[in-house]
Amino acid sequence: MEFKSLVFYVFSGILLLASLRVITARNPVHSALALVLAFFTAAGLWLLLEAEFLAITLVLVYIGAVMVLFLFVVMMLDINLTELRKGFWNYLPAGLLVAGLMIIEMVMVLGGADLGLTEPPPLPADYSNTKELGRLLYTVYVYPFELAAVVLLVAMIAAIALTHRKRGDTKRLNPAEQVKVKRADRIYMVNIKSQKPEAPKEDE
Amino acid sequence: MDAMLAPLAELLGPAWLPIWTLVKIMAIVAPLMISLAYLTYAERKIIGYMQVRIGPNRVGPLGLLQPIADGLKLLMKEIIIPSGANKALFILGPVLVLAPALAAWAVFPFTETLVLANINAGLLYIMAITSMGVYGVVIAGWASNSKYAFLGALRSSAQIVSYEIAMGFALVGVLMAAQSLNLIDIVKGQEGGFWHWYWLPLFPLFIVYLISGVAELNRAPFDVAEGESEIVAGFHVEYSGMAFAVFFLAEYANMILVAGLTSLLFLGGWLSPFPFLPDSIIWIGAKMSFVLFLFLWFRATFPRYRYDQIMRLGWKVFIPVTLVWIVVVGAAMQTPYGYLFH
Repeated sequence: MEFKSLVFYVFSGILLLASLRVITARNPVHSALALVLAFFTAAGLWLLLEAEFLAITLVLVYIGAVMVLFLFVVMMLDINLTELRKGFWNYLPAGLLVAGLMIIEMVMVLGGADLGLTEPPPLPADYSNTKELGRLLYTVYVYPFELAAVVLLVAMIAAIALTHRKRGDTKRLNPAEQVKVKRADRIYMVNIKSQKPEAPKEDE
Repeated sequence: MDAMLAPLAELLGPAWLPIWTLVKIMAIVAPLMISLAYLTYAERKIIGYMQVRIGPNRVGPLGLLQPIADGLKLLMKEIIIPSGANKALFILGPVLVLAPALAAWAVFPFTETLVLANINAGLLYIMAITSMGVYGVVIAGWASNSKYAFLGALRSSAQIVSYEIAMGFALVGVLMAAQSLNLIDIVKGQEGGFWHWYWLPLFPLFIVYLISGVAELNRAPFDVAEGESEIVAGFHVEYSGMAFAVFFLAEYANMILVAGLTSLLFLGGWLSPFPFLPDSIIWIGAKMSFVLFLFLWFRATFPRYRYDQIMRLGWKVFIPVTLVWIVVVGAAMQTPYGYLFH
């Protein structure tokens, strides 16, 4: 077997096991960590497919940012697992549908030669995936790209606006005002005249 | 070098590549381990002198064997696993902190030819790998089953995620100026002496990168994740012996990495500051030592930030500054003065 296909099978095996752990793990933190492993091995597979920019971005965005926040939330929740597992089998029809679609996609990819699809020729070593992707995104597809960015921005503003309501009981600082404070605002000098201590009283 | 090794390569056949790569990895990791051991010594000595103390001076001449004595002591100590801890994750935590700290060195160029893997997207690779270090901290804090450790993990992850954005934008400025993600090309783009290095045209980004680097490392004055005075030692409060030492190693390996990246991206890497002196690996060593000295100096000088001040600095000061400067660089590149930013 070629070394590349060996790596492929090892990665795919880890990916399958990790994704299985995501849905079978009893502890949600373990599920989240298994999902991290699944993303990482998927990034490895993408590297094998010569899509290094996508692979590194997957690690950077999904593992480096999204999953950290996921883990953050999952760790702090006190989830009752038996409660969560109750309707588990109700999802079976939806799951079967997804599985069926995935099988069709797999057949189309694996049987590509029979369906008239051909594998792209291997690229030269000095080909920069990142550069080509950037060029396409900012020239040919610049309007769809900007549109996607605006949609994301709107979603972000909406999320912040929904959660960031004014509450009366929060205390906050205004650093600009703190910086502007003068000595006179905080302290004032009192001139106290020195005086003689009273003579100690005679005890009766 | 390659011609000299050719007979050896023939002898070993297909096993040659993995063996030779392992040798190269050892040639990076072994000096790294020694320098981080002596970085701890330098830290104690320098901060000692800044505070008019002597620092370690008992083990060996001038205390030079102190790091080795410390390492031996930590090796001998028992690793205690708390009874309520999640055992597997408790052990995995320190491993996940150290592994990215070492893996990032794979693409680090020491000179134009001295690099383990010269990949096109080197800068992206380093950002992706270093962003994984936060998992070790979070897992360690959660698996310890301790309130202090958990609070430390939460603080640390929030801080790292916030400062990563400012750091990423600072790197965007560098890749705009260099027009490449390859670390060797980035250094080559700074050729021409001290005034051509990127610290000058990208000065705001340089400052933001340096300070965000300190924050990413969880070092003083951003060390609320450890916060001895409030949460004892943060995420590693339950760790002892070698498990604690691994956290320690990872922190110092990351310090050297951030110092190295600062020298590569903003201080010209192995390039000589004066035109009459040759470029060499000595320069990058000197630049890294200078940045590391800055880190120690910060620690000896500044009091710890309050938590809300850290978040404000990251989100409301650094991110706007980097965004503005990226626009400035981008706009300047369209004018006749664009050469200033190349």
